[in-house]
Amino acid sequence: MKFGIVINEGPYQHQASDSAYLFAKAAIAKGHEVWRVFFYHDGVNNASKLTEPPQDDRHIVNRWAKLAEENKIDLVVCVAAALRRGIKEENLAQGFRISGLGQLVESGIKCDRLITFGD
Amino acid sequence: MSDVKKFMFVNRKAPYGTIYALESLEVVLITAAFDQDVSLVFMDDGVYQLKKGQQTKGIEIKNFSPTYRALEDYDVEKLYVEQESLTSRGLTEDDLLVGVTVLSRAEMGALMDQQDVVLSF
Amino acid sequence: MLHIINKSPSNNSALENCLSIAASGEILLIEDAVYAATKGNAFEAKLRDAMGHLKVYVLQPDLDARGMGDRLVEGVTAVDYGGFVDLTISNNTCQSWL
Repeated sequence: MKFGIVINEGPYQHQASDSAYLFAKAAIAKGHEVWRVFFYHDGVNNASKLTEPPQDDRHIVNRWAKLAEENKIDLVVCVAAALRRGIKEENLAQGFRISGLGQLVESGIKCDRLITFGD
Repeated sequence: MSDVKKFMFVNRKAPYGTIYALESLEVVLITAAFDQDVSLVFMDDGVYQLKKGQQTKGIEIKNFSPTYRALEDYDVEKLYVEQESLTSRGLTEDDLLVGVTVLSRAEMGALMDQQDVVLSF
Repeated sequence: MLHIINKSPSNNSALENCLSIAASGEILLIEDAVYAATKGNAFEAKLRDAMGHLKVYVLQPDLDARGMGDRLVEGVTAVDYGGFVDLTISNNTCQSWL
């Protein structure tokens, strides 16, 4: 099965990104494909390379990048939402790309299931 | 193969207090551009998004409510409002800035069950 | 349809509104919504009523994280993230009540 995931909240502030990550990992473990994760609203903050959590905490940004690299997941950050919040190419973490809202719609069209995590 | 899916956007949040309503509207417009079957639902505090007479000058946030009236130019014509959500907020259809179809809870539940993709903001 | 709820019923109406709309289907409680499925919560009676026509699931890791693993209301099925994935597959669509 082909999954699309939408994340609408930023890291650490809300559990949404954590839940989405564990969902994605479980789906992959079961042999499914996570085709794309789309970051919208404050979710775009999951893609900031300036993120520096304390040493003993999970690194939400790097964790997404690693999962994506290992499993060929397309991590897409909404351009309109990103620019509003100061996320640009210059502070975009590795493994993420900035693109338009059409990528979210495309996830809905191409994936068998689209699961949203937010507030 | 048909690439047209039934997309439903469920709006349950009031405008301005948070940005969800505005950013949801942006997704709706893009989805329509992909020639998908789009329905918009307003329930719970989401019905406040359609209240007539929004004047946002004093809070210095852009009044995006006129966009709801432009939706039909994008062929988005299926706007649904849940009856109980209006009633319990002291609103009637006349208070809304655009024409909608008012549904009961049961009808709303049935409509949701018919969708391919449901996005809630 | 799978309805996913992530808010505590004590200070958010998402679960209550979902229950008033959904005539059939399945409900998964995640994040702060897991409190709704714990014994003695003020919402317990409403949840039990809903269980007459809806199947209710709770995400066990969220329940455990909140120290509520031992108070699950009987009849609610606990699942892990793998079970969450399975529920999104066995249902044709899912809706997150944000």
